[in-house]
Amino acid sequence: MILSILAMAFREIRRHKMRSALTTLGIVIGVGSVVALVTVGEASSAKVRADMAAMGNNLLQVFPGSARRGPVRTLARPFQEEDALAIRREVGSLALVAPLATHSGVAVAGNSNHFTNVWGTTEDYVEARGFRIGRGRVFRDSEQGVAVCVLGNTVRDKLFGDRDPIGESVRIGSLSCQVIGTLQAKGANAWGSDQDDFILMPLRTVQRRLKGSRDVNSILVSVSRESAIPRVKSQIESLMRERRKIRPGQEADFFVHDMKEVAEAMQEVTGTMTALLGTIAAVSLLVGGIGIMNIMLVSVTERTREIGIRMAIGATAGEVLLQFLMEAVVLSLLGGLGGVLFGLAASLGMSAALGLPPVFVPWIIGVAFVFAAAVGVFFGFFPARKAAMLHPIEALRHE
Amino acid sequence: MTPLISLRKVCRVYGAGETAVWALRDVDLEIDEGDFVAIMGPSGSGKSTCMNILGCLDTPTSGTYRFRGIDVGSLDRTQRALLRRHAIGFVFQGFQLLGRTTALENVELPLIYQRVPKRERRRRAMEMLDAVGLAGREHHTPAELSGGQQQRVAIARALVTRPSLLLADEPTGNLDSARKFEILDLLLRMNRERGVTVVMVTHEPEMGEQAARRIVFRDGRVESDERLRPLEARTA
Ligand SMILES: Nc1ncnc2c1ncn2[C@@H]1O[C@H](COP(=O)(O)OP(=O)(O)OP(=O)(O)O)[C@@H](O)[C@H]1O
Ligand SMILES: [Mg+2]
Repeated sequence: MILSILAMAFREIRRHKMRSALTTLGIVIGVGSVVALVTVGEASSAKVRADMAAMGNNLLQVFPGSARRGPVRTLARPFQEEDALAIRREVGSLALVAPLATHSGVAVAGNSNHFTNVWGTTEDYVEARGFRIGRGRVFRDSEQGVAVCVLGNTVRDKLFGDRDPIGESVRIGSLSCQVIGTLQAKGANAWGSDQDDFILMPLRTVQRRLKGSRDVNSILVSVSRESAIPRVKSQIESLMRERRKIRPGQEADFFVHDMKEVAEAMQEVTGTMTALLGTIAAVSLLVGGIGIMNIMLVSVTERTREIGIRMAIGATAGEVLLQFLMEAVVLSLLGGLGGVLFGLAASLGMSAALGLPPVFVPWIIGVAFVFAAAVGVFFGFFPARKAAMLHPIEALRHE
Repeated sequence: MTPLISLRKVCRVYGAGETAVWALRDVDLEIDEGDFVAIMGPSGSGKSTCMNILGCLDTPTSGTYRFRGIDVGSLDRTQRALLRRHAIGFVFQGFQLLGRTTALENVELPLIYQRVPKRERRRRAMEMLDAVGLAGREHHTPAELSGGQQQRVAIARALVTRPSLLLADEPTGNLDSARKFEILDLLLRMNRERGVTVVMVTHEPEMGEQAARRIVFRDGRVESDERLRPLEARTA
């Protein structure tokens, strides 16, 4: 019986191809946006997660903040290498600590030049950030002060192209240094900035020969366990307050940045966007549902005589209700099918445009069909009930 | 033996108050299994109203209608639908076939509601179309059939479920006279061969002549009720 009713529903829909197609458009768009939304949302958070993993493990970064001098705020004084050593000495649960002295300038090799960042640090930096060595090696602690450098992939590409840079020399300002290694590429991060555009040098080399100061601009800390991050963070904060002689209650002139918080903030932005677009999807589904209700009401009126005939030959009110409800559900499920296809295509396009990896979320297909069916049942019920309530004789007399 | 149909003091009033129309007034009527009844009478005398009540499409305002001893007034909508489905076949003046649907599918329709399996359904519908002389026209839609052929499809649809009662409200109303007698012969044959009780409304005296019993309505009452031919006791 159900099968026969289903067959009737398909037949009726086939009879009005154009009308059915237009009616389901709202559902197609609604379901399509839900599918695209979830898929693209999933792709972008996968990307953020991957970026976070690529950025390094459980990273904290200590930056100087701003200091108040009367009415003006200026950048607070930088750190010293001793601060990094103190952190390593006094805070537990640490994997790696790398001080960072930053400088920027034009790097020249042969006829090529490229404006980039120079990061003076220790070999721990490479591991903390999770960079992999491409060729050669990273400088050792014993090489602090020596003019050697390791190239990020972008710099290597810009200065040397396909040539092997190991043993070549790169000049930055008046400093000429020898390339001893290169790093593998990480690509762009979630913000779209190039993570491979830098040159690494030993900390002292940058301090003495490029900057001419003993300043450390930030300190990168890798925590051994994720669960230890909050404790480590507060320990570093109190240690640095002590070292920088900040009185209790006074505002700190530095801050400890948790990379995970950045990731979470990013997720939150994605979440807000998802909620917003989700509302649009819900509205389309609502409009689509009303469209179905409307067309079903038209259909019930048009087919009043048919309903009378069916009742006269023995269809119960329940069977008439089921028939029209089924038609609405089939219609919205067809819309759901179109929506799934449209949504998957749209999310592929959007992912490609946003530079996200293609992601397939299987459960969304199920959810899409459940949504579509629910819309069909909800908005199909009223017209179907109207059909079922008809009086057989009056229905037969219609028109 | 309980009669197939029994009406007791049946009234049917349309509307209420000043504008109330008494379509049927205190109709008492009994029809036995296997009879062939012609219902006649002037326009507006309540023939169709009576047929609708007999067909369980409508219920009396007062009085009782018993079908095989069952008080139809005590049944709910669904039970009445089931009674129509299993025991009653209806043929209307305007054919009332589903448009854009083949003759075969029209005849199969009641069997769908009886949940007859597809193969069996097809076989019985074909057989019935053959019995009404429409073999070879199974796949024509009503628009592709003549009036007489459409009415034969309607008769096939009404009889395919093997009902005990066939109700025909002016089945020949808009057919030319040759077609009229074809349809009448078909109904007589079904009554004779299959033992279906037939109640047929007609305006034409020459058609009424052919029935076994003739009932004339006037102003919602039974004016006359005469037996033209004896009702043969049927042996099952
Ligand atoms: N749905 C209705 N609402 C109001 N009055 C009705 C309705 N149906 C029938 N009537 C009235 O009831 C009376 C009997 O109608 P009915 O259709 O039974 O007559 P009939 O004998 O079949 O006539 P005809 O030969 O013209 O078909 C008529 O006066 C008609 O106007
Ligand atoms: Mg009539």
